[in-house]
Order: sequence, then C-alpha cells, then structure tokens
Amino acid sequence: MPVDIPKDKWPGSVRAVTIGATSAEGGTRAKTVTIGGETTLPYLQFEAPTPNKPVIAIEIKSRKPDDWSPLLAEAWGEAMNDPAQWAKRAEDSGADLLVLALTLADSPDDAVKAVKSVLAATGLPLIVWGPGQAEKDNELLVAVSEATKGERLVLGICEDKNYRTIVATALANGHLVQARAPMDVNLSKQLNILISDMGMPKDRILMDPTTGALGYGMEYGYSVMERLRLAALQGDAMTQFPMIVTPGFEAWKTKEAKVGEGVPEAWGDWKARAVNWETLTALALVESGADILVLRHAESVKRVKNAIGELVTA
Amino acid sequence: MALSGIQIYKMLPQTNCKECGFPTCLAFAMKLAAKQVELSACPYVSEESKKQLAESSAPPIRLVALKAGTEVKAGNEVCLFRHEKTFYNKPGLFLRVKASDPDLAKKVAAADAYKVNYVGMDFTVDGFALVLDSDAAAAVKTVRGATKRPLILIGDAASLQSGLSACGGETPLLYAADASSAEALADLAKGKAALVVKADSLDALAELTQKVQAKGVEDIVLDPSASTLGKSLTVNTQLRRLALKNFRALGYPIIAFPCDAKDEGIAAAQAIAKYAGFIVLSEFKPELLYPLLVLRENIYTDPQKPIQVQPGIYEINQPKPESPVLVTTNFSITYFAVANEVEGSGLPAWLVVTDAEGMSVLTAWAAGKFDAERIAKAIKGFDVASKVAKKRVVLPGHVAVLSGELEAELPDWEIRVGPREAVDLPAFMKQALN
Ligand code: B12
Ligand code: SF4
Repeated sequence: MPVDIPKDKWPGSVRAVTIGATSAEGGTRAKTVTIGGETTLPYLQFEAPTPNKPVIAIEIKSRKPDDWSPLLAEAWGEAMNDPAQWAKRAEDSGADLLVLALTLADSPDDAVKAVKSVLAATGLPLIVWGPGQAEKDNELLVAVSEATKGERLVLGICEDKNYRTIVATALANGHLVQARAPMDVNLSKQLNILISDMGMPKDRILMDPTTGALGYGMEYGYSVMERLRLAALQGDAMTQFPMIVTPGFEAWKTKEAKVGEGVPEAWGDWKARAVNWETLTALALVESGADILVLRHAESVKRVKNAIGELVTA
Repeated sequence: MALSGIQIYKMLPQTNCKECGFPTCLAFAMKLAAKQVELSACPYVSEESKKQLAESSAPPIRLVALKAGTEVKAGNEVCLFRHEKTFYNKPGLFLRVKASDPDLAKKVAAADAYKVNYVGMDFTVDGFALVLDSDAAAAVKTVRGATKRPLILIGDAASLQSGLSACGGETPLLYAADASSAEALADLAKGKAALVVKADSLDALAELTQKVQAKGVEDIVLDPSASTLGKSLTVNTQLRRLALKNFRALGYPIIAFPCDAKDEGIAAAQAIAKYAGFIVLSEFKPELLYPLLVLRENIYTDPQKPIQVQPGIYEINQPKPESPVLVTTNFSITYFAVANEVEGSGLPAWLVVTDAEGMSVLTAWAAGKFDAERIAKAIKGFDVASKVAKKRVVLPGHVAVLSGELEAELPDWEIRVGPREAVDLPAFMKQALN
C-alpha cells in the first residue's frame, strides 16, 4: 500500500550564527562554531538536512564553586582550582565550546585574567557569563569584552532588566550576546527586538528560552522552544535565532543529582541517576530544538553528543 | 478514512432546516468535518448515515488497551505538539525478561514491587515483555505468579500460541507479525490479544495492518523497526502526522525498543517525547526508570493545568504549638519539594500553603500571586495563630524581599527568612529556629 508521506515546507528559517574568530578573522581561536540555519523542525532529515548540528558547551567557573554536587567535584578534581586547566580538561572531554561563569568574588582584573587564561589554554570558542547580579555582570563583562576585542565571544546573560550595557559593549568589541527571557514566546521576541534595536546584528544574538530541570519545570521550556522554532519557521524574524539552553545548571541543582544519602531507595544508584538527570533533561531539549546545550558532567557530554550524531545522520 | 465536508453533506437530509444552529446543511457538514460540532446536533440524520459518520469520526489513533490485573492504554492522541492540546495516554514502560532466565520469577517480582513517588504520585513499571525463548506456557505461568501487570509476548508463531494459551482472561500484546506470519498470527490474536505488525517501510506496514484487520484484528500496534535515533524520530513523526490526517491504515500506537539501542536512556527518552505508545526496556534499573517516569509525567502533563495542591495548613510530623510555621505556594512540585524535605527530617512543622494559582515561588512572586498580602491572608484565613504558641513564620529564601511588607501586614508576627532551597530547610530548622 503506497503511503504518501506528508512533508512540511516552511517560509522561514533559523539564522546561522558563528561563535569565535580565528586569527584570520581577528581573534585567536583555533576553530569557530556555527549553529542554526535550520529550515525545518529538528532532525526531520526527510524534509531537509540539519545544516549545522547542535553543539555542547561545558560550563566551568573562574573559581572553584563550593555549591556544586560532590559528583562534579569528583569528576573534575584538581582542575576546578584553575580555569585554564579546567578548560583544557573540558576540551579533552569533547566540548565544542566553553562557558566560563564568573563569580561575585571576581574583580574586573580577575575576570579578564581568567578569560585570557582560558583562551590561552584551549582553541575553543568561548561564552562568558557574569555572576548573575546586574551591576556586577556589567562591571565584569565590560572589562572582559574590551580585553578580548574581536574574539566573537558570547556575553551573557542579557535579561529584560539588564541588557543595555552588555549589548553595547558586545557591539563595540565584536562579540555576541545571549538573550534570556523567562519561558515565554512573546517575552523572548520582545527582548530580541530591544537588543536588535540597539543595532546588534541579527547574526550575533543567541536566544535563551530559560530551562527547567527534569521534574522541575522542564516541560514549560520544552514547549516554549517548540513554539519558538515553529514561529521562526513560519517567518517571524524576531524568533529566528539559535537557542542556547542550560540543562547542566538546572539538572545539577536538583536533589536527584545533588544528594546521595537519605533519599528514597527507588531513586537508584546516585551517580548514574545524576548523570541521567542531566542527560535526559538535555535530550528532551535537543528534541525541542536546542542549538547549544550547556552541560557540566563529561559523561552527559559524551552521551548527548552521540545522540546528536545519530540524529543528524539520516 | 476521514470524510470531507462535501462527503458528509451528501449524508445529511439537505433540507437546510437550521435546527442544528447552522444556516445550511453544508455549513453544518463543514463544521463536522473540522470536528467542531457533534453530529447529534442534527435531529434528522438517518441511522445509516449515523453509522457511516461514526466510523469516520473514530479517533485518528486507535486506543489499544493491554489488560491483566492492571491496564495499559496507548493511542487516542490528537496532536503533534503538546502545547496544541495535550498528550493523553502515557506510553507504557515494559521490562524485558526472558523465559529461559532461571531467575525469571525473582526478577519480575522485584520490578513489579517497584514504586517511586514524584510530587505525591506513585509511579510503577507498567508491565513485562516476555521473550519466549524456552517453554512458553511455563514461563507465562511463572510470570503470572509474580505480577498482575499486562504482558507483551515475544516469540515465533508456535511459542506465541503456547504462551497465549497460558494467559487466561487477559489481553496481552503479541510480537510480531511480519509479511510471512501476518495471517497466522492474526488468527491467533483475534479476540484474544493485540498484535504488533512489523515492517521496515511505511508502505509495508500499512499493507500489514490492512491484512490483519481483514482477518478481524482491530487492536494493532506498529513496529516501524527504526534502528537509530534519527530514523526513529523520522518514522514516528511521519506516522503521527499521517494518523492525524486520518490515514486509517497507520492510525495505531507505536512500540519502541530502547532495550536494543546503544544508549538505552536516550532512546527511551526520545520515545517518550516522540510518540511511542509502548516502550520496552532491557532490565530493571531504578536510576534510569525514575528519570524516565518523571520525563513521561512532564511531557504528558496538560500544559493548561499546572499540577496543584489544595491551599491550606498542612501538618507535618504531628506539629505541636511550638513547632515552626513555614509558608510556600500551592504548585505541586514546590509543595512536595518542601513537604518531603521536612517530613524526611522528622522535624514537626506547620506548612502553610498559599493559593498562588499553582505557581512556583519565584514564578508566583514575579506574577504577583505570592506577595505579602496573599501570605497574610493565608495566615489569617487558615487561622494559624490559634494553632501555634509562637507567632513566627518562615519565608522561602527566594522571596526574602517580602519580609518587610509582611511585617507590615502581620505586625504581631516575627518574620524569618529561610534558606533558598528546600534541601537546606532541616539544617535551618535545627540551627536557626530554636
Ligand atoms: C517553570 C517556570 C515557569 C512556568 C510556571 C510553572 C509554575 N506552575 O509555576 C511558566 C512558564 C508558566 C512561568 C511563567 C512565568 N515566569 Co517563570 N519560571 C519557571 C522556572 C523555569 C522554574 C520554576 C520552578 O518550577 N521551580 C521549581 C520549584 C520547586 O521551585 P520553587 O517553587 O522556588 O521552590 C524551591 C524553593 O523556593 C524552596 N522553597 C519553596 N517553598 C519554600 C518555603 C520555605 C519556608 C523555604 C525555606 C524554602 C522553600 O524549595 C523549593 C526547592 O528547593 C523558573 C526559572 C528556574 N529555572 O528556576 C522561572 C522563573 C521563576 N520565572 C520567572 C518569570 C519572570 C516568569 C513570568 C513572570 C514571565 C512572564 N511575564 O510571563 C511568568 C509568570 C507567570 C504568569 N504571569 O502567568 C522568573 C522570576 C524572576 C524573578 N526573580 O523575578 C524565573 C526565575 C526565570 C528567570 N530567571 O527570569 N515560569
Ligand atoms: S439540522 Fe440537520 S437537516 Fe437541519 S440544517 Fe442542520 S444539518 Fe441540515
């Protein structure tokens, strides 16, 4: 019985965005990373190939975090004390690019030093996050941005309450920005409009729809991502940006990942469960259209990378 | 096959009497085709037309129920994306066990007893997929001694026959009919079991469903035999789309076998998100089962209705008048994060759950549904003061900013700011609240 397979053809597409610049392009990266460019829903190869496959960023910090799960401390060991070493280990673990998260304890000088040491230690493109407090974010990111002119870093995280300073410095120094809105299609669009209105070229914006962990609101982000991608394909220009999501950060906050003792026996082996928590949160977001997944554990990185590899081969 | 508006129109009285609320029979027919009205709105349709129309308005994906002591249903889905409506029937998670396994009874019993709680709901394994690689009838009996959950029987025609004969008064799923075995297995399944048809192209799959249906089997499940994540996403999406376009020959639930994938957890997660109705896992691993069960719950939660608990004052570990008062919101995930933590610590407490319209602490705060006024209203409304000796209330750390306003609303109460995360509550209660 011959079956006529329905295919969708969309008027719109996601913009392709390149992170990092090689020496020929005014930076120092050994390679760049290009994401986005999709012309159909995730991995539907029978409609169109996936032009750029989603990539994995590993999140490292400028200082050893004291609130991370002991499992992560065990996995990264000594390297956590030195961002350069940590970056190198992350590169060896299969990261396509890195996120360096700065902390409240960093001065602008500390921040610049940490960023430079990471850039020197690996050839990977880099995303830099402020500590998440508006004033401090601005102070540190401006210093970093100026000290790394032309590297095409991604600076974040821009939110509606605080985006101007970050966008302005990224604009002036040839960087990109990460624009986060709280799980809402219209709020995402609105922030993207505000950022574009400041003159930021559209191929220098990454959209962060906000992520919840498995069991802690993941499904809201999942559906918002599906809706954002559908809007982009339908031709809504202010949603046509690649999506960056943070399953590592969210999953490793959960009790399921963080705590090994005094939890129900039905939760099973701690380490395997914790890695599953991160991996499955990430996989769900891969299915809903993520372009960059920021992860923390090397085992999840390997598993999610393999999954993406299998999804992009027809 | 679904009927067009014109086809439906031909079956209506064509008198344009307007009793259905539409100006013409044609207008009503168009609405019917779009499934926006019920046929019963027209009092004059003939019995014959009713029958034909009922057939064409059957759900796009047939509901297939496997039954034993419990029931597992798949099908009846109506959309491609959960935000369009919701996903209805959670895919059943089945554990694969082998007839030849000397520990069969023990393994089944252990998995059967598994129970894990997530936000107040108990989740379990749904059933077992029994590979009939030795005496089938004996194995079915062994399994039946250890579980009442539905079965998938996997084997060749002969073993399926003997396995099925050992199943009494239940509806298992037989795996699997291909081009060569379709007729024989359809005869076997008819009236007694649901049947999987297996092929590696949609053309062949549709051919098979027609074949077994012609033999009288209605409860069909599809195995499109996709070997990689990419192939399985593609074919499951195509199947869902075709079904929603009312392509009847493929309007059946799908079975998936993450147990054979390179990364079982990943394959099972994709199967949950992307349209599988029955999912077979390789072995009993709580560290994977738990996240999969949670993922399934998340994906199948109705996006229009956040899971909520009743606002009120909850007693944890038999609180006394001197026990602390904690406030939180009525979002289920939030409530249980706090309640489980306090309960697990053994420390008694009064937990005041405010009506925050089912939102988490920060979401509700940002939406103006968890502010000093609402908290004060809850404390007064639930008459907390009459239950406690010490008027002291603990706020979630994330909303520390509310403490000033709450002092103004509750002048005779002491307002304390707790930790941000519930995990740190027991330590806080021990150290800071004495
Ligand atoms: C899922 C989610 C949603 C879902 C809602 C889910 C729901 N039913 O609540 C949706 C998509 C609908 C949503 C909407 C909005 N959201 Co929202 N959302 C989230 C998200 C991703 C997760 C929230 C969650 O479920 N957490 C899990 C629960 C268990 O956490 P919790 O309630 O805080 O409970 C923990 C602690 O507070 C503590 N705790 C709880 N009670 C108590 C009590 C005591 C005594 C103590 C000590 C501790 C304690 O224990 C729990 C576990 O540790 C967060 C971001 C994030 N990743 O956290 C944003 C977030 C909360 N949302 C945010 C915003 C702004 C909004 C919107 C206003 C956006 C908008 N304008 O549309 C709307 C508001 C809703 C509306 N107007 O309809 C912001 C809030 C920012 C802020 N600080 O003001 C956040 C932080 C995202 C962000 N970074 O911008 N959101
Ligand atoms: S009630 Fe029936 S007969 Fe009358 S207009 Fe409507 S469809 Fe036609």
